[in-house]
Amino acid sequence: MLEAQAVSKHFGGVTAVDDVSFKVAGREIAGLIGPNGAGKTTMFNLLAGSLRPTSGRIRLKSRYVETSPPYARMSCGLGRTFQIPRPFAEMTVMENVLVAARDQVGERMLPNWIVPGRVGRLERANVEKARSLIDFVKLGRLAGEPARTLSGGQRKLLEFARVLMADPEIVLLDEPAAGVNPGLLETILTRIAEINARGVTFLIVEHNMEVIARLCARVLVMVSGRILCEGKPREIAADPRVIEAYLGGAPR
Amino acid sequence: MILDLIAYGAFFLTTALTYAIMCLGLNVQWGQTGLFNVGVAGFVAVGAYVSALSTTPPLAGRFGGFGLPIVAGCLIAMVASGACAGLVGTITLRLRADYLAITTFGIAIAIELVALNAQSLTGGPFGIGFIPRPFGTLAPSPIVFDSANLALVAGVACLVFLAMERLARSPWGRVLRSIREDDAAAASLGKNPNRYRLQAFALGGSLMGLAGALQAHLIGFIAPDNYLPALTFQVWTMLIVGGAGSNAGAVAGAIVVWGLWSLSGLLTSLLLPGDQQARAASLQIVAIGVMLVVILLVRPRGLLGGSFRRRPPPNDGGSELDAGKLV
Repeated sequence: MLEAQAVSKHFGGVTAVDDVSFKVAGREIAGLIGPNGAGKTTMFNLLAGSLRPTSGRIRLKSRYVETSPPYARMSCGLGRTFQIPRPFAEMTVMENVLVAARDQVGERMLPNWIVPGRVGRLERANVEKARSLIDFVKLGRLAGEPARTLSGGQRKLLEFARVLMADPEIVLLDEPAAGVNPGLLETILTRIAEINARGVTFLIVEHNMEVIARLCARVLVMVSGRILCEGKPREIAADPRVIEAYLGGAPR
Repeated sequence: MILDLIAYGAFFLTTALTYAIMCLGLNVQWGQTGLFNVGVAGFVAVGAYVSALSTTPPLAGRFGGFGLPIVAGCLIAMVASGACAGLVGTITLRLRADYLAITTFGIAIAIELVALNAQSLTGGPFGIGFIPRPFGTLAPSPIVFDSANLALVAGVACLVFLAMERLARSPWGRVLRSIREDDAAAASLGKNPNRYRLQAFALGGSLMGLAGALQAHLIGFIAPDNYLPALTFQVWTMLIVGGAGSNAGAVAGAIVVWGLWSLSGLLTSLLLPGDQQARAASLQIVAIGVMLVVILLVRPRGLLGGSFRRRPPPNDGGSELDAGKLV
């Protein structure tokens, strides 16, 4: 589904991602963990298209996408969320989700004047779909509120609903659990698992090992820009190299 | 006397509505997309000159004079101004807000200088005369002539307003707002921010061109000093007074500001002796400036500006121009 082939990213003299290769298979939930500064977020941005790799290739299904801009990746079925959620603050929850619809001809200028009936029909169908997604993430009562009124956890849920509106085949989740209160976290985790059961692939960057252990069948560990090891969450948690990497900087 | 007043009222509203069309163009650029275009006068000039050259009879020693119908002239003007905006946009839209402002300002000055100096194309400082007027045969009767002009321009302005309202409420307008709020998030959802910005910029430019063409056909004569930066300042004031982001505000602002402009012109011509009149014209600009300040203090979002609220764009260390912060 998604594959990094010998991907490197340099910032000036700093090598943030160093010759990283891995694959994410269709329908799995893969985890990407590592201590702060390991290059997880850089790797994530390379996959999502916000950064271009210095060298190496990124394959999404059958296409190489490392040079295509972020907006082009959605048409290949790749969606993402942000570490700090980025809702459209002045737009309502409903409008936020509607923006993500992919099949609306009304997003081109002319059809709004030439075929308004068709735009309206698509819009009604999209509103219905958006409403069911908003209910799905338990934001139903807030659908008409501007997104700036949502709490941090609710914003994560909104971003989740928004990316699902675009019918992605694979979703990159950047720290879905960070800063979320336990009640909402439970909602987020069960929703991710349910969507995965419908056939959507996930790659999750996360610090919280509990979250990783619950969701992911397979975990990649990144340290100092490289993939240190991969395996089942339980094996990883017990791996002395991983423990060393996380605690390595601490005084002995 | 009353007939004169009616005729003047019709003439006043006709002119105000041509400004309203410019304002609607600026509104889609700034109010809805956040593009800081300080070159309004340039796009208006392109429209006026293109339509004038397309519709005037041939003239020895000057380019153009194709004698086309007025409607064709206006449409060609829209295409030309839109293309001009599209070209400028392709080059500059990746620039941050304040650099875009400087660039558009420079381009507008360049267009004015071309109009002033390229005599074989634009008639130079003497401008272009004998531009066909839609109801020119009615001119001997001012009230009929002015009313006919008003009906025509009001119809066009109404059409433009409805078209822009539909766009503002359409999925296209929603994507524009999402890009204004957070272009990285919009891009992550598959929307190409620069493509939308370019469309908004070209659309706004073509409306400015239409307004320029209409003015040219109403007056029948154009010259480079119609398109000084003061015009850009006027249109911006209209939009800010009316309420950036609102199409109704753009129209209302144009009528209110043009009203104050005309009134202050009337007052200075009545109250001041003849030899001071040329200087007194500057007082008009002062009056508009004072009005702008008062509106910004009393109703910062403009007369009809509702839910519009600007935030500094994320990851933008530089400042927008002051007017941008105030809106």
